Amino acid sequence: MAEIPTYRTPEIIRPDESYLEKLEKMWSDKPGLIGFFSTVDHKKIGRRYLVTSFIFLLVGGLEALIMRIQLFQPNEHIISAHLYNELFSMHGITMIFLYAMPVLSGFGNYLWPLILGQRDMAFPRVNMFTYWVFLLSGIFLYIGLPTGNGTDVGWFNYVPLAGSEYNPGPGVDIYALGIIFFWISIAAGSVVFIATMMRARAPGMSISRIPIMIWGTLTANVGLLFAVPSVLLVFLELWLDRRFGTDFFDVAAGGHPMLWQHLFWIFGHPWVYAIVLPAMSIVSQCLPAHCRRPLVGQHWVILATILTMVLGFGVWVHHMFATGLPVIAMGFFSAASFIIVIPSAVSVFAWVATIWTGRPIFTTAFKFFAAEIILFVIGGVSGFMTAAVPLDWELTDTYFVVAHIHYVLIGINVFAVIGGIYHWFPKFSGKMMSERLGWWNFWLMFIGFNVGFFPMHITGLLGMPRRVYTYPAGLGWTWSNMVTTIGAFIFAIGVGVFVFNVVRSLKAGAKAPANPWDADTLEWTTSSPPPHYNFGVIPRVGSMHPLWEERLRMDETGKTILDEGPALDEEHEMFGTTIMDGDPDVILKEPGHSFAPIIMALLLAGMFIGMLLEWWWISGAAVIAMIPAMLYWFWPSPEVGRAAEG
Amino acid sequence: MKRRLSILLPIAALLLPGAAWADLPMTYLITDGPAANPLAHLGWGLAGLSVFVLLFIAFAVLIGIWRGRKNWPTDAAGRPKLMRGANGMPWLAIGLPVSIVLLFGSAVWTFFTLAHVSKPPQDPAITLDVTAHQWWWEVQYRHYGQKQRTFVTANAIHVPVGQPVRVRLISADVIHSFWAPQLFGKMDVIPGQTNITWFQANKAGVYRGQCTEFCGLQHAHMAFHVIAQPPAQFHQWWTHQLADAKQPVSPAAQHGEKVFLHHCAVCHTVRGAGGPDILAMGKMGPDLTHLMSRKYIGAGILPNTTGYLAAWVENAQHLKPGVDMPTMDLTNRQLLDVVAYLQTLN
Repeated sequence: MAEIPTYRTPEIIRPDESYLEKLEKMWSDKPGLIGFFSTVDHKKIGRRYLVTSFIFLLVGGLEALIMRIQLFQPNEHIISAHLYNELFSMHGITMIFLYAMPVLSGFGNYLWPLILGQRDMAFPRVNMFTYWVFLLSGIFLYIGLPTGNGTDVGWFNYVPLAGSEYNPGPGVDIYALGIIFFWISIAAGSVVFIATMMRARAPGMSISRIPIMIWGTLTANVGLLFAVPSVLLVFLELWLDRRFGTDFFDVAAGGHPMLWQHLFWIFGHPWVYAIVLPAMSIVSQCLPAHCRRPLVGQHWVILATILTMVLGFGVWVHHMFATGLPVIAMGFFSAASFIIVIPSAVSVFAWVATIWTGRPIFTTAFKFFAAEIILFVIGGVSGFMTAAVPLDWELTDTYFVVAHIHYVLIGINVFAVIGGIYHWFPKFSGKMMSERLGWWNFWLMFIGFNVGFFPMHITGLLGMPRRVYTYPAGLGWTWSNMVTTIGAFIFAIGVGVFVFNVVRSLKAGAKAPANPWDADTLEWTTSSPPPHYNFGVIPRVGSMHPLWEERLRMDETGKTILDEGPALDEEHEMFGTTIMDGDPDVILKEPGHSFAPIIMALLLAGMFIGMLLEWWWISGAAVIAMIPAMLYWFWPSPEVGRAAEG
Repeated sequence: MKRRLSILLPIAALLLPGAAWADLPMTYLITDGPAANPLAHLGWGLAGLSVFVLLFIAFAVLIGIWRGRKNWPTDAAGRPKLMRGANGMPWLAIGLPVSIVLLFGSAVWTFFTLAHVSKPPQDPAITLDVTAHQWWWEVQYRHYGQKQRTFVTANAIHVPVGQPVRVRLISADVIHSFWAPQLFGKMDVIPGQTNITWFQANKAGVYRGQCTEFCGLQHAHMAFHVIAQPPAQFHQWWTHQLADAKQPVSPAAQHGEKVFLHHCAVCHTVRGAGGPDILAMGKMGPDLTHLMSRKYIGAGILPNTTGYLAAWVENAQHLKPGVDMPTMDLTNRQLLDVVAYLQTLN
């Protein structure tokens, strides 16, 4: 340890009181509102992502409940067709963009440095910037709905229906610009995650010792970075078509509406994997602690995760099997869609085997994870059915597909997320969540979900199309819609119990020990909640399961050292490590609190608002103001910098 | 147990009213033609396999939870001891090859089905041009070589039983999707390209269809019906459709025709109506020359009865908000007479 080649050689210490106090002061935020707007603490960013995305989940859920009331009976006219179309559009946009990915970014931001044994992410200010952009773009996407100007052509937003000829109002412009705005957050966030994984792990955490949760988030973020070009291109093209009369999609001028569908699904399908892979990795990470054994085939699961993302870029046409593409081309995409089942099956078999050969403890978290496995299989096999081109000609755009996506997105994402919250809440807050309320929470959500969404398969098999604001009687769709509405409300009550449990546990929960589940990774070595500096001394990692390695005597050569290490106490210091071996090769000086991220995010918002209203001077002023803002951001400061060796 | 029940109950609930399959005109589990039957077989097969996989995994999880409770030591803190556990890799070593074989078999079945239904069994004698509008279906019957046997109708597609029919799909505006589940799978109707599909009805009867690609405000109300008739009856229908509308006889209907020509003809065609100074040749809405030969109005959503017809003529916006048909400013007399006229268009 002594020969770490950096600009100074930190001495090896066992941290004492005064050292920790010094660190705590150094890493704390400024008090009050100044601290609120200038913090770059990854734990605060993570919490804000979690809370904000959950608020969006509740809003999207409310929209769903209104739609379910309308669909409770045939020929119901409680809300108008226009409002229904706005609601289903915003429901999709909210859940898919504003909930599903940001909630996982929340877990990632809070947990990555803790799991990696570090003090922060690679670029703390960029990281904070991604949150502000997410928040502002989420508000931006919602400015239309309250005034009746929400987009009403679905999150898939097919042209020419979304073009200016058939949709002259501002709704689609809000959507197009809002998504471009939102993806700035996604792209920047991906860079932060990827750089952190590559260069900011604890010493000794070689590539084979990186815990599985990191892999899921990392894979998703690499995938997102590859999806950025097509999403930005397609929404920019749409906006140019609508506002400047370009002809990307206009048939009369040589454009084609299929261009939209290809570009949209080239990003849209990888996006689906990006919002489930990190959730699956939450299960892979947490399930073993509740089963009292390591995950079966963990390296297989990691490889399968990566393979899923790679294959995920080659299946987009399965959203377009009914568009009249050549049969031979559809055959290839159908085959790819069957093949992608295989890596998913790896995860399922690994989880089942872990439960089978372990000793499960029936915690609320475990219940959610076990349910996730079963719901994943239901969503998986219905996806497998839609992969068969001719069968998909019947299934597509019916409620069968609605059932499928909800089993995938709620089953894999929401159930894993809630389970993950029960698992990590003690770390987030220092309080245990109530297991008694957890019992109610789980069973209400699980029963409500299946009562609500399983009949949708049948509604679909009985031929009910998606995206209809009402339906006639006499086609056999009535009873299953009634059951679905009832189930949706039971599910909503379950979510309500969850929110109540969170709020109540924050106030009155039992105090949490450092490691309540006897789990394996480094976040459980710090106190609950962790101190601002995370780790007094950066751990030296010896295996994939630092807290279990002694008891399990895994086939690892290293030994994790937690209680002594190099003193990094000159400003925001942490180690930069090499990609493969995790050897420390530099001491990073991380930037502290700053207003630059929120200023840049606000200027971006100004730019997009100007573009939406076509008040170009506002956009221009915002862009010009970004120059001094960037200077402020990058202004050299004595406590910020990356000191190389020597 | 609760979990299993919550999954099995809806299936049981499906089977109970399942005695009345005939009441389920949109299900594609029971089909009636060579373009749809292989799809249904594939559907039953893959659904069966899916249910089997689901039950296997669900029971594995449940049994896995239960079996681990025995013979597991406790640690000093009183919780089940952390252990390396038994080797779980056989789950992957057996599960993956079995999955791959099942997937491969499903893929092969899929490709055979795809090859089988992508072409009709024989070259169709009849080709229809179906033009999708927001939110109705224009249907043109073509007789190549005999131009005078071409005519246009709407929302009701008559076909001969036992003969394949080719359909050319044209969009007048946005993307729609053409689907009658018991006869054929979906084919999107996309501006800028003409998609072609085919189907064949094996039995005489009425089949329901509906647009399934979201196409705007009234996407929910864009249905159609396929009426399969014995070939002789079908050709008789075709010949009848070629005829111009008869001149109205009753004074009310004669007055109704005048009202129609002044208020409706700018959008609707009635072949043979009107005189030298004014013709009913509008193309915006459905051709009404043989309106009374159709069982439904408003794109398959309302039965073609006097009451609904009058309500539709008077205030279509109330029945289908946003439809192109405006609210007509007619007196009671005009309304009754124009309905009387429309009802002569058989």
